Amino acid sequence: MGVEGIGARVVRKEDRRFITGQGRYVDDVKMVGMSYAHFIRSPHAHAKVKGINSTEAMKMPGVIAVLTGQQIVDDKVGNLICGWAITSKDGSPMKMGAWPAMAPETVRFVGQAVAVVIAETKNQAKDAAEAVVVDYEELPAVADVRAAIKSGAPQLHPEAPGNIVYDWHIGDEAAVGDAFSKAANVVTLELTNNRLVPNAMEPRAAVAHYDQAEEHYTLYTTSQNPHVARLVLSAFYNIAPEHKLRVIAPDVGGGFGSKIYIYPEEMVALWASKKVNRPVKWTGDRSEAFLTDAHGRDHVSKAEMAFDKDNKILGLRVKTHANFGAYMSLFSSAVPTYLYATLLSGQYVIPAIYAEVIGVYTNTTPVDAYRGAGRPEASYLLERMMETAARQLKVDPTELRKKNFINQFPYQTPVIMAYDIGDFHASIDAAMKAIDYAGFAARKAKAKADGKLRGIGVSCYIEACGIAPSKAVGSLGAGVGLWESAEIRVNPVGTIEVLPGSHSHGQGHETTFCQIIAERLGVPISQVSIVHGDTDKVQFGMGTYGSRSIAVGGAAIVKAMEKVEAKAKKIAAHALEASESDIVIENGEFKVTGTDKAIALPMVALAAYTAHNLPDGMEPGLKETAFYDPTNFTFPAGAYICELEVDPGTGKTSFVNFVAADDFGRLINPMIVEGQVHGGLAQGIGQALLEGAVYDDTGQLVTASFMDYTMPRADDLPSFQLSHTTTLCPGNPLGVKGCGEAGAIGASAAVINAITDAIGNNKLEMPATPDRVWHAIHG
Amino acid sequence: MSTVKLTVNGKAVSVDVEDRTLLVHLLRENLNLTGTHVGCDTSQCGACVVHVDGRAVKSCTMLAGQAAGSNVTTIEGLAKGDELHPMQAAFRDNHGLQCGYCTPGMIMSAVDIVHRHHSQGSGGKLDEETVRHELEGNICRCTGYHNIVKAVLDAAGRMKVAQAAE
Repeated sequence: MGVEGIGARVVRKEDRRFITGQGRYVDDVKMVGMSYAHFIRSPHAHAKVKGINSTEAMKMPGVIAVLTGQQIVDDKVGNLICGWAITSKDGSPMKMGAWPAMAPETVRFVGQAVAVVIAETKNQAKDAAEAVVVDYEELPAVADVRAAIKSGAPQLHPEAPGNIVYDWHIGDEAAVGDAFSKAANVVTLELTNNRLVPNAMEPRAAVAHYDQAEEHYTLYTTSQNPHVARLVLSAFYNIAPEHKLRVIAPDVGGGFGSKIYIYPEEMVALWASKKVNRPVKWTGDRSEAFLTDAHGRDHVSKAEMAFDKDNKILGLRVKTHANFGAYMSLFSSAVPTYLYATLLSGQYVIPAIYAEVIGVYTNTTPVDAYRGAGRPEASYLLERMMETAARQLKVDPTELRKKNFINQFPYQTPVIMAYDIGDFHASIDAAMKAIDYAGFAARKAKAKADGKLRGIGVSCYIEACGIAPSKAVGSLGAGVGLWESAEIRVNPVGTIEVLPGSHSHGQGHETTFCQIIAERLGVPISQVSIVHGDTDKVQFGMGTYGSRSIAVGGAAIVKAMEKVEAKAKKIAAHALEASESDIVIENGEFKVTGTDKAIALPMVALAAYTAHNLPDGMEPGLKETAFYDPTNFTFPAGAYICELEVDPGTGKTSFVNFVAADDFGRLINPMIVEGQVHGGLAQGIGQALLEGAVYDDTGQLVTASFMDYTMPRADDLPSFQLSHTTTLCPGNPLGVKGCGEAGAIGASAAVINAITDAIGNNKLEMPATPDRVWHAIHG
Repeated sequence: MSTVKLTVNGKAVSVDVEDRTLLVHLLRENLNLTGTHVGCDTSQCGACVVHVDGRAVKSCTMLAGQAAGSNVTTIEGLAKGDELHPMQAAFRDNHGLQCGYCTPGMIMSAVDIVHRHHSQGSGGKLDEETVRHELEGNICRCTGYHNIVKAVLDAAGRMKVAQAAE
């Protein structure tokens, strides 16, 4: 309905402030009397904190306070929590060590805070931090997941012997054993999924204010989910009861998962604002982001796949060691279990699957969900496996995939997920056509004549989004429900405010959500505004992650709109002296179908608020709320194909083409969807070719700046060729599936499959730097 | 402390700052021009790019004192009143931004790229490879650069037309 409804490529409403420099991020917030925090962080990966001497620092200009980990413990501020309980194979609960916001006794990763300086200016806080003397007794450290589980390895937490948090499994081990005993062929693969640093361009920041008279706190913070932040800060960290704590996330400069969590710095800023009775601002610098933002991935896996004589898959066996870093971050435990192993069926009929996941502590930055969260690890493993199998079985990799695709829906996998709908042939066919797969052999031959090694690589991903049905995740150990809420306020003049529980950090909610309203009411999006990111304004929300804002949050908006429309129709019918069932909504008017009688939305709204002539018994006002709990996950899926050339002399890769064919169900704003795919692909390609967090043996993060960690830049990436195939999601009223993570989930395998195809050698780990590729070619 | 006098977005200003103050902090903290962002500590990301005497400069790499007497343009000074600069309009029209954090620096760099190529007499015909190479000093984590490159190429055309009209 209308040019700004569902399916329209509407330019974004929020852009004007961003392109004119008027975006408002946390570090732009200033308060009267504001002081500045600077953290003192451990330079050691593992050490005892024997003493902190701040005598000299306290004498320095502008210093207000030096606060330590012992004080935060003494004030009974709660330890950081992990919100998803995982049970090991043997039935025992996961084994977690305590994580205080600042370390009173022991530091377990480089960058962990031990104290904070509060001063009049940022520079004064930094200067004084130099004068604080911390007496450390160094302990042996371990950074590598394989080293951490060896006997004699340094131990991080007494609660977790052997550094093992859990030893979990899923699937049917006996059935997999049977499958392998019947196999005509078995393909094995060992691989590493490299650790990544999220690096949202806006570093994390917090501005905390304590109002002594009201005993009330306000926190401006870089958050993807301000209500979850308030809940955790209140219920678990004992900062303040929820009605005495307002959390505001203004414009948020990217997150990719890293701004889901409630970090020590935000806790300390709030706590300190009461201690010093001044507003406290902390803005992380990039080095702090590298050291303290939750990292992503970091798996070491071994997989085996059994095939029958016709190349049909019989079974899959996977064993994964997941590196959690030094502490269990908020959702870390769920990432390598329920967000990873439940996707190991991919797009294929695999009659038997068995996966074991061992979660391990190391002296590194905590690891948690980063764009895709577990699903990229599953997709990478499976899609490299399919390519490896095709080469070993000497069949075309697209043919092997097609032979094993799931064709009937709904489809129950052996690892919990029940796929509702999809068409995997449609997406791979679209991708193969887009890249001229049939013509590749000729292109490869021509490239060879020019001295270049050309390769092509396929990746067919599926992900579980629309996170998540609360009852289902509750039964699997989640500490929260994962519904979403929305409120719709129709003002007396007919303008509309939507208050969603999700919060944009770049996704364009201020445009997409307005398009849903425009579609339903036929009003221009200029008459609709979005109010989000403030716990004092929005009733409640679980936030934005897991590609859930449209699939779960959009559905909540629809549910609230249905209530608004039902009431508005009653008012219109009363005013027009017509039957409610004859009222239709078109172009911003409520019409009596088949007649020229109509009343415009503003008149209906005004009638609702003047309440002079409402149907008997009707409450005044036109404002409704809804809480929507999904009945299933959604399953975006697609096929990516990468064609590239490798220079055998240098090992350098150059893209020839990268095509993506995605099925996200219905697209609300295709322009925004494409943008999400572009960004996801860049992160997936970044993982494959460029990015990797490297720790040395002593636990120092060697790649802790943009000088050392290779972020994808404009000249590292190709332009992308996108297309969409569509099966509408039957599980929600919009038919949408979510698109935020797909690119990051599917891209890495396509790139590595293309390089290994080009060089004819499968021994290649990510990131496939020129050095690694050269060595893979030349030994 | 020193007094630094300079022109920012056409307005003469005089600011007392510590000698170690960087230009970006003078703009953000003293002049409240918060459109210019800080994204790293190593002059890599380009979120802080402004124009100093018409040239793109990473304002985290320049002391405020070094900008004394200069003419500085920030993202806030690029539009003419309500009329967007063609580069700003092209970023919006091509969906060249998502979270918006890198955008001001990206736009200021892109304007400089197009100006330099136009003045070199390349006829405003920047190609994709050149734009990608020239944007190497600006990091975006959201867009994968696809639409940023489109926006810069689009704006180069619009700026050529605007230049011809003047």
